[in-house]
Amino acid sequence: MTVTDPTPSGHVIGDRVVLEAEHVTMRFGGLTAVGDVSMKVHDGEIVGLIGPNGAGKTTFFNCLTGMYVPTEGRVTLGGEQLPPKPLKVVRAGMARTFQNIRLFGNMTALENVMVGRYCRTSSMALTSILRGPKFRREEEATRLRAQELLDYVGLGKSTEILARNLPYGDQRRLEIARALATDPQILLLDEPTAGMNPKETEETMHLIFKIRDSGLAVVVIEHDMRFIFNLCDRVLCLVRGEVLVEGSPGEVQSDPRVIEAYIGGDDTDEDEEESA
Amino acid sequence: MELAQQLVNGLTLGSLYALIAVGYTVVYGIIQLINFAHGEIFMVGAFGALSTALLFFRSYVDGGEMLPFWALPVLIVGAVAASVAIAVLMERIAYRPLRNAPRLAPLITAIGISVFLQEAVRLLYGKIPSFPDAKQKVPFPQIEVVSGPAFNLGGVTLQRSTIFTVGALVICAAGLFYFVSRTKTGRAMQAVSQDPDTARLMGINVDRIIVVAFVIGATLAAVAGIAQGLQVTNINFKMGFLAGLKAFTAAVLGGIGNVWGAVIGGLTLGLVEALAVQFIPGTFGGSPWKDVWAFALLILVLVFRPQGLLGAKVVDRA
Repeated sequence: MTVTDPTPSGHVIGDRVVLEAEHVTMRFGGLTAVGDVSMKVHDGEIVGLIGPNGAGKTTFFNCLTGMYVPTEGRVTLGGEQLPPKPLKVVRAGMARTFQNIRLFGNMTALENVMVGRYCRTSSMALTSILRGPKFRREEEATRLRAQELLDYVGLGKSTEILARNLPYGDQRRLEIARALATDPQILLLDEPTAGMNPKETEETMHLIFKIRDSGLAVVVIEHDMRFIFNLCDRVLCLVRGEVLVEGSPGEVQSDPRVIEAYIGGDDTDEDEEESA
Repeated sequence: MELAQQLVNGLTLGSLYALIAVGYTVVYGIIQLINFAHGEIFMVGAFGALSTALLFFRSYVDGGEMLPFWALPVLIVGAVAASVAIAVLMERIAYRPLRNAPRLAPLITAIGISVFLQEAVRLLYGKIPSFPDAKQKVPFPQIEVVSGPAFNLGGVTLQRSTIFTVGALVICAAGLFYFVSRTKTGRAMQAVSQDPDTARLMGINVDRIIVVAFVIGATLAAVAGIAQGLQVTNINFKMGFLAGLKAFTAAVLGGIGNVWGAVIGGLTLGLVEALAVQFIPGTFGGSPWKDVWAFALLILVLVFRPQGLLGAKVVDRA
């Protein structure tokens, strides 16, 4: 891994492309939610996706994770083309969180993380019923790893609390822990600080830096501009499904077209799920 | 004394309903499908046990003797194998292609499969060499220890098959509890029932979990098939219809989607039927009216507690 340019935070970005989206297009009937979006993410890089409501950010995430099959274009992870099957995408090493929190509400924090871990364990239904030594070892390892991850995101004391009873900010962090449990190479965060107070937002930023420093690539969707410009190495601004501007936070921040897109009076609220 | 007797009867009937009801509720909990062919899975289980007896214990059957006790596990394995095979095939051939179809399509398919399985057994069972014709009732083999003279506990008659049925429910419920809450696949099942899309994104193979749900339901239904065979000493191709309907009622009564609800609902329904037969006087009493009271109970529960006894309020997922 050779060193390219140091980022403002003093961190170095590798030159290995972890995730590459090439000309991804997603149409729903006559509506083009995502139009010809290309994006490269290197290891150790944090890429931000911004854009007004309905710009197609979440739809783009859904294309990356195999929830939608893109109408056109392809997605590669570590050089391998991803099949549009969420199950296989996760195994290949991509994990995500959700804009509207989607935890398993009636399971404890620990169980949520353990479920995320299962795609990396091998025991099948029958062995787990028979409870052989291999199963017990694996189950124990899963539990330990889940506890570690809860500690890592700062939820070490909330292990046995049902996910739906956790405070909002903790639920967002639990989603991150659950995503990390799948051993990803790249983490996609969909509005990780939505609804958080400034202190929680600050903590989340440090958590994301910590995750990046552990060697993961991160892609973040966020509306909080201060957060995104402080966090990211590179920012893409999507408007009406297309990349309007791509560049360093400084470049994007000062680009008149971005300001226009945000405060200009254009009606872009076409994509319903973005405003959900 | 009459009360104690009816409680025993109700418990027996209720355990049978509960064993079948779990199959409705587990499948519903995962894919929101009411598998109306589940009653036939129960019937197939009973015929699976009968076939096993005919294949491996022919001399006992022909001689009219009771099968030795160790034949019971063999019959259970045969029944479970038959039920599970049919349930898995049904899921693979009929339900999986309809996974994304409107909900009415798999429901009607389920009714179709139900009729198909009944008729298949009726017409084809006797065509298998040396197997009896199944167009009428077929005697079910009796087994030492679990068949035979009833016990009398101070005036209360306790059939041996009652002990088998209630015991089977206790063991199955304990096993199910352990499986769902303590194993990897069980937790994955909980995750899928709460949010299948997210579960998929966490790397859970949802298709496999659905198959597991069908297998669990079929296993318990097969055990219930044997219990029914031992209780009434004969089986027939349409035994799954009413039993399935009652078990479905039990599942709804308890709160469909909730495994413990199915158990509680089954036992409640069985007890209400038994008590209604004995204690409602006059024209409206007696066994001809028991189904009326059973379904009246269902209506009452649904009016005052639409989510069932243990069910959580269903929030429609977007």
